[in-house]
Amino acid sequence: MKYAYYPGCSLSSTGIEYDLSTRAVAKALGIDLWEIPEWNCCGSSSAHLTDHLLALALPARNMAIAEAEGLDVVIPCAACYVRSKAVEVEVKESPEMQKTISEVIEREYTGKAKARALLDVFANDLDLNNVSALVNKPLQDLKVACYYGCLLVRPTKLGFDDAEDPQSMDKLMQALGGTPVQWSFKTECCGASRSLDKTQVGLTMIERILSAAKEAGADCIATACPLCMSNLDMRQGQAGAKSGQTYNLPVFYFTELMGLALGLNPQELGVNKHFVDTSAVVKKVVEGKGRRETA
Amino acid sequence: MKRVGVFVCHCGTNIAASVDCAQVAQNAQNFPGVAYATDYKYMCSEPGQELIKKAIKEHKLDRIVVASCSPRMHEPTFRRCIEGAGLNGYMLEMANIREHCSWVHPDDKERATQKSTELARMAVAKVLNNTPLEKSQIPVTKRALVIGGGIAGIQAAIDIANAGHKVDIVEKEPSIGGKMAQIDKTFPTLDCSACILTPKMVEAANHPNITLITYSEVEKVEGYVGNFDVTIRKKARSVDMNKCTGCGLCSEKCPSRVPSEFEMGMTTRKSIYTPFPQAIPNKPVIDRENCRYFKLGKCKVCERVCPAGAIDYTQEDELVTERYGAIVVATGFDLFDYSVYGEYGYGKYPDVITGLHFERLINASGPTMGKIKRPSDGKEPKNVVFIKCVGSRDEAKGKAYCSKTCCMYTAKHATLVREKIKDSNVYVFYMDVRTPGKGYEEFYTRTTDQYGAIYIRGRVSKIYQKGEKLIVKGADTLLGKQVEVEADMVVLATAMVAQPDAAKLAQMIGISYDQDNFYTEAHPKLAPVETHTAGVYLAGACQGPKDIPESVAQASGAAAKVCALLSKDEMATEPIISQVNEAICAGCGMCIPICPYKALELKTIQERVQGKTIERKVASVNSGLCQGCGACTVACRSSALNLKHFTNEQILAEVDALCL
Repeated sequence: MKYAYYPGCSLSSTGIEYDLSTRAVAKALGIDLWEIPEWNCCGSSSAHLTDHLLALALPARNMAIAEAEGLDVVIPCAACYVRSKAVEVEVKESPEMQKTISEVIEREYTGKAKARALLDVFANDLDLNNVSALVNKPLQDLKVACYYGCLLVRPTKLGFDDAEDPQSMDKLMQALGGTPVQWSFKTECCGASRSLDKTQVGLTMIERILSAAKEAGADCIATACPLCMSNLDMRQGQAGAKSGQTYNLPVFYFTELMGLALGLNPQELGVNKHFVDTSAVVKKVVEGKGRRETA
Repeated sequence: MKRVGVFVCHCGTNIAASVDCAQVAQNAQNFPGVAYATDYKYMCSEPGQELIKKAIKEHKLDRIVVASCSPRMHEPTFRRCIEGAGLNGYMLEMANIREHCSWVHPDDKERATQKSTELARMAVAKVLNNTPLEKSQIPVTKRALVIGGGIAGIQAAIDIANAGHKVDIVEKEPSIGGKMAQIDKTFPTLDCSACILTPKMVEAANHPNITLITYSEVEKVEGYVGNFDVTIRKKARSVDMNKCTGCGLCSEKCPSRVPSEFEMGMTTRKSIYTPFPQAIPNKPVIDRENCRYFKLGKCKVCERVCPAGAIDYTQEDELVTERYGAIVVATGFDLFDYSVYGEYGYGKYPDVITGLHFERLINASGPTMGKIKRPSDGKEPKNVVFIKCVGSRDEAKGKAYCSKTCCMYTAKHATLVREKIKDSNVYVFYMDVRTPGKGYEEFYTRTTDQYGAIYIRGRVSKIYQKGEKLIVKGADTLLGKQVEVEADMVVLATAMVAQPDAAKLAQMIGISYDQDNFYTEAHPKLAPVETHTAGVYLAGACQGPKDIPESVAQASGAAAKVCALLSKDEMATEPIISQVNEAICAGCGMCIPICPYKALELKTIQERVQGKTIERKVASVNSGLCQGCGACTVACRSSALNLKHFTNEQILAEVDALCL
């Protein structure tokens, strides 16, 4: 299985552990990731607030490189994924826009290379029974609140999962031996950049998610988005301070939990790079009973 | 010498605003065969028709062209008009210069006038080829069929029966009564639904002119107005209706329980059952899918306990074919499946229910004996949230239309909660409150002012379970704030939608339906109970969302139409049907499978060729069945089939007039 890999800017900065764990897990699962050479920023919200064509052309360039290579593009970051998906859909729907974009980026992009979310690939392209078979440190007794964020599975008609109650990460965690908790905040907004410009609003939104996860009995939260991670992890202390709560809820990229379950070295997955201490959960998994002998 | 009169109508300003009608009339004077042409403001009015009649006499006109609107509405008007002046009604042509011209390009008068002239030119060319046609008479079967035994069907049947005609009601459930039987109270008077419905059910059952055919479905409809041949499948009840006394012992002793459809799954019924205690007929059926005997081959408890020996496991579905003069379709509605709403929990939260569930919860004969108890734990809810427009006015997940009844029944529900649970809080999330109807607005005002229901203008974005409570998050768009309500129970006003098999039935009967599978009336204003198929009428919510008063009114309207049809012994048939030129028919039979009305068949004729008598097959049209659609004339390879009034010669004359 070979895909073009688009890490995006966050994964080389705040979300570096997402990149580390993605590459490590892909390798362990036998997935060949071909990093797009000289990839550029997807434009994120800034481009798409500035100019429609710019917002399409930026991700189109990355997609075009992958298309020339004949590969679909796997994208870990939710925002990069949505922007890349947007250009894929637009060039398929509008031949004029396809022409304009190709002119602007001086490459041909026809939408043949598809933008795929990393979660979609891991949860749906692999047979989860095979993933289970590779687990040697099951996430036993680990209650995981799977948090997809508001962007990853929307808009509804483009999503790879249900927009209100997505299941792919839950199924993946189950395949790893973990216990996904039932909760209603899977796609609630984390406030995104509100934590920068209107911090109080952002913190309220963050706390709502944290308290819901806690109430559902989660030991940790799993996410698939670097911005959600920043908010839930880095801002966790601030968010709790308002109401005098200490949540102490470790937040993981779902790929980190996959790596732990597959028995990879925790340091190489980057689990020590979080604000909220992850060591208790990591220890629980690493020192767990190990692979159950299945009958 | 043929003498054509052309009459150009202004239709007020509908046509005249974008077409120079006087100019069209003047142009028409030069068409071949035209002896007289004029224009007038309203040709369909009394003076307009007089104008035509007078011109026929004065100018010795023998055929007429009216350039006005679509023939759908006024072709019969003008046919009657020229018949009044002594012409055959089929010596008329209409040029549609309104729908086909003035309405579609209102901004270019010069070219619209030119186009109207051309349309009139074609009509003149055709009318020159018209021949007088005569209607024939067919007998009318004086018996009506009502499909659906809800309040609309019952009302229509009673009205027809009271006029002295025989009526059969076919109902697919074991009892008549429909959705109204499930409802507790009716707005805006709050009188008990059962108290006003059950007497009508009894009246229908006891009426000498009404036959109830319950637990049965229509399987095939053939024939035409005045003489429909309808095949009805009488499903095996497994109970002999003649022997059964309706004592109920069998249901009491039956060991197998299944969720009750009538109680919306909130309690159980037996496998041998009547849907509800006041059912009519009050004789049970065996639900074979769930019956132990039919599933496992063992049990027969009902047979053992039945004192009348009425249980008959060997019964089979019975197909009967009956002839009817008219059909009333009153098949009602279904409720929108709200499980597409993820934000409301995809139907996973037991205390998020629909309005119809709620009707059963407040009904004295319902699963809780009329005490409002929430389904999950049977506790009395204190905070009840109502959400309107669930599936209605929501193109993304539901239907574009307004379901019309929900504002009123939600107000009723809110009132009833406040009345029954004194310390309750009722919150109603709404988009608009729509209360057009006599006494409706007053009822709504009472709900808020007297009963203290709290109306919040805004949509609910999410419902989630938090312990025993349901947290309802939404927007109050009047306050401009987000609101959160801790609810014990949430009631959704789910949209009224067409029955799941509505399209199938429509195709079977041959009536049209809209994009939402509601049946289409012949005219939204002036023919609201008729369909485009003669002899088939509509009543109730199968035509679109309706409340009880409206359904009953429409049912009586449909009944009046049926009575008018059945009051005659014979009726005239449309002479616009296909005819076969046997001399050139090759007998290939290509036309037979094309005909949607099964009006064509092959017959054997004898003819003398070169002194010898030979036999050969030719197509033959059943004039009773042919609806004049013309499909066969297109399929016929030797042009032996020709549709009267739309003959090949007439159509070609129009084409020539336009193109040559």
